[in-house]
Amino acid sequence: MSIFTRGFAGRGRDNNPDLPPGQYLTEDFPVLSAGPTPDVPTESWQFSITTETGAVHSWNWEQFMALPIEEVHTDIHCVTRWSKFGTSWRGVSLDTLFAEVETEYDYVMEHAYGGYTTNIPYEDLRDGKAWIAFEFDGEPLDPEHGGPARLLVPHLYFWKSAKWIKGLTMMKDDDPGFWEQNGYHIYGDPWKEQRYW
Amino acid sequence: MAGTVASVRPETPTGRSIMIDVPEWAGNIAGQHVDVRLTAPDGYQASRSYSLASSGPGHRLELAVDRLPDGEVSPYLVDDLQPGDMLELRGPLGGWFVWSPEQTQPVQLIAGGSGVVPFIAMLRSHETSGSTAPMQLLYSVRTPEDRFFATELDGLDAVTYRYTRRTPDGSPAGRITMDALAAATLPAPSAVFVCGPTGFVETVATWLVQLGHDQSAIKTERFGGK
Repeated sequence: MSIFTRGFAGRGRDNNPDLPPGQYLTEDFPVLSAGPTPDVPTESWQFSITTETGAVHSWNWEQFMALPIEEVHTDIHCVTRWSKFGTSWRGVSLDTLFAEVETEYDYVMEHAYGGYTTNIPYEDLRDGKAWIAFEFDGEPLDPEHGGPARLLVPHLYFWKSAKWIKGLTMMKDDDPGFWEQNGYHIYGDPWKEQRYW
Repeated sequence: MAGTVASVRPETPTGRSIMIDVPEWAGNIAGQHVDVRLTAPDGYQASRSYSLASSGPGHRLELAVDRLPDGEVSPYLVDDLQPGDMLELRGPLGGWFVWSPEQTQPVQLIAGGSGVVPFIAMLRSHETSGSTAPMQLLYSVRTPEDRFFATELDGLDAVTYRYTRRTPDGSPAGRITMDALAAATLPAPSAVFVCGPTGFVETVATWLVQLGHDQSAIKTERFGGK
């Protein structure tokens, strides 16, 4: 049951079926970061996937750029309530990166340069749902937005798309990452408004 | 939960502070936010998150809101909201960009514009707790009239201003430089909080790292696009 707000008319009635509840559309690309933007040169960049057996699959920038590249056009939704429609990215599908990885675990911790972490179920990274993106709107990804490369998992709130991605570690349980320990929802489905605990 | 506006007060030409009584409020730590939800007669709703200027146990919250020119919620809160009006609130939110009196290391707060609001809560919490940790504020703001909580801040020694458009004494105004930042802030190691528009925070945080602050000692909060 809502309280009506005296005198509030509201501006937008987007009534857009593509806009999740409680979100508004923006043409900007706002930034949500917990600390300074890390400087990650592609010369020293490395991305790795670590499994429960200790096996490490890793790629340097050159190896990563030699993988099949996909173009992604998608809407993105930030927990701070902005959504942006029709963003264009280029990146490598997580299906490609996980092709040779053997794991029985169901959860993943994303690790970023700078120390940031966020947790995600393994299945949310598979079947064409997630990429490691290095280009936005035809330009190399700006460091503020996670460059040189960030995770892109557009079906969840955007904090699950870790900027400055460094590695993925398979986990037995769905342990909370950095934002999740600091009040954000463990899963983060924008269509269910899973913003906070 | 429901809140009733107790009072409103102009703070700047574009912003005001708002006191809200919330019987169900369970208290909050300095630096936390609250979600404010407005509902139009046809059921349309709009929510935004605002930093709290208040902290501690109490059931009276204080927000301070700057009117965004193309905003939807902030113009209503700044221009239309009156004492006695009711709002829906959710919070407190956020567990990262916070300061509590148990923290004993020196604290440098750096605000751009209305980014000062969470720091008002931290300075008040510091004051009322009798904390002996050094805490100081560097406040970058357009003109003297654009300062939020100006009277309260005038009573504090540990505040330095950087005026970007006009200074009170006619001395040159302008955006902060790396040298000025170094001169006006505590050296590393200290806990540093930076809050303001994205461009300001991005610039300042990068300089702080170059000035020797550990990346993990710098907490940031940003608003607006670029």
